Amino acid sequence: MSLGVAEVAKIAHLARLAIRTEDAPAYARNLSAILELVEQMNAVDTTGVAPMAHPLDMAQRLRPDEVAEPNQRERFQSIAPRVEAGLYLVPKVIE
Amino acid sequence: MNPSAPAAMHEQTIAQLSAGLAAGQFSSAELTRAFLERIERSNPQLNAFITITAASALAQAQAADVRRRQGQAGPLTGIPIAHKDIFCTHGVRTSCGSRMLDRFIAPYDATVVERLNTAGAVMLGKTNMDEFAMGSSNETSFYGPVRNPWDLNAVPGGSSGGSAAAVAARLAPGATGTDTGGSIRQPAALCGITGIKPTYGRVSRWGMIAYASSLDQGGPMARTAEDCALLLATMAGFDPRDSTCVDRPVPDYVAGLNQPLAGLKIGLPKEYFGEGLDSAVAQVVEAAMAEYRTLGAETVEISLPNSQLAIPAYYVVAPAECSSNLARFDGVRYGHRCENPKDLLDLYTRSRAEGFGAEVQRRILVGAFALSAGYYDAYYLKAQQIRRLISNDFHRAFEQVDVIAGPTSPTVAFNLGEKVDDPITMYLSDIYTIAVNLAGLPGLSLPAGFVGQRPVGLQLIGNYFAEERLLNVAHRYQQATNWHQRTPAAFA
Repeated sequence: MSLGVAEVAKIAHLARLAIRTEDAPAYARNLSAILELVEQMNAVDTTGVAPMAHPLDMAQRLRPDEVAEPNQRERFQSIAPRVEAGLYLVPKVIE
Repeated sequence: MNPSAPAAMHEQTIAQLSAGLAAGQFSSAELTRAFLERIERSNPQLNAFITITAASALAQAQAADVRRRQGQAGPLTGIPIAHKDIFCTHGVRTSCGSRMLDRFIAPYDATVVERLNTAGAVMLGKTNMDEFAMGSSNETSFYGPVRNPWDLNAVPGGSSGGSAAAVAARLAPGATGTDTGGSIRQPAALCGITGIKPTYGRVSRWGMIAYASSLDQGGPMARTAEDCALLLATMAGFDPRDSTCVDRPVPDYVAGLNQPLAGLKIGLPKEYFGEGLDSAVAQVVEAAMAEYRTLGAETVEISLPNSQLAIPAYYVVAPAECSSNLARFDGVRYGHRCENPKDLLDLYTRSRAEGFGAEVQRRILVGAFALSAGYYDAYYLKAQQIRRLISNDFHRAFEQVDVIAGPTSPTVAFNLGEKVDDPITMYLSDIYTIAVNLAGLPGLSLPAGFVGQRPVGLQLIGNYFAEERLLNVAHRYQQATNWHQRTPAAFA
């Protein structure tokens, strides 16, 4: 599959990446080449093959629903770009 | 060199250093200072370390010496090692080779780091790597490329290129690495050292920054299989904090090293010796197989018929998982944040575009596309089905043979800049390693010779949880050969 700059812009929006307009053609070229490589998968008929989500086909391990981690809000917020009064600051969302 | 003089500390393996510490020939403080001096001297040339933790290393070394005097020392107590900068280290920058985490001070230790700390190992610093472990040459690092100690114009391989170069240049006797598609084995091969990617789930991923969660696995890199056995014995084991970590006893890897190879059946996949393999590399691998036959092993040709599908499937599964894992970097809770965001969307998109390099952005975009509405079946589901076919190939092969052998990489180290503008060509350097991750099997690379000045790696692939056997098969070869003892002349 070949992607154009409009499709790259759409995917970039989904991925929350601000791609510069001048870089879009290069991304379109690289992504198209990668998809072409990936589409070599189509040479094989996989009808009825069970998808493999986990190398060991393990079931998800569960644990009791109990608090296991202490509250470390201050420690974790000390590495945040902007916090105030225990809250993460972001630009105004609601007008 | 006087053959009766004791080898300099940096020339010794972990096993030898451990014996030297136990015999009181030197202290951990002396040993640690020796390696720190080597790092200080050579790192400007190699760029193998992003962060050097000299002060805490000396403090850890002194604590190890105290512990030894109290009779509490284990085999790794006082041994200096380096950690790939993908493992969180409490209070120390953990950059993952990215501008995104350039100022990220990890608030806790990864399980692997914690286990090695508990064993008394000394951390010399954090090694350079491809950004978020995405690369095969170490050229995608925000901190610049690492150079190969065998030839400064060559890449060290990636993504654990800093760890591989540090061990090869004798700046550390061992290091941690991670392997999602070959990132321990390929740089080990290109730098002439030994490295093992364990079975998926053998080593905890907790605190190891995620790239592709169903493929990522941490493991040791050192000069010998014996040293890898010593490190893996400490790194492996159940961790309730990683839900994919397997609850299964860890064998005594060191005790198993000397088993004889008589009767061992080695499978040589014909797909790993075909088009694309450099003929000089093929000769080295064939010579290694002749050596194995002398040691009593039998070699037989086998087939892994879906091998050519491994790279296509990988470049769906890995980007899909990466686009999901890297969604956490939003400029809000930690990591890079752009200046003066005008709204929330601008904050997200600009922080991410500024924080991530081109290869990481490419993989996020491929993953976001493959997972987007209407494309899931054609890409992600198809790739997971291919993954099953690849895994079935290995299952069938291990009904016939004990281990599989072949080249780790189709060529020796390539030159810096040679493949950096062509992602697809770069991806092909992992052609023999990627299937192992897709199947979740253990794989090991060990030095088996040279083409010119550049080392060649031999890959050994084992069945699930056959790390003990792989280390044994590598160790016996290293008892009979000396490729693993070669040191790059500039760093002898």
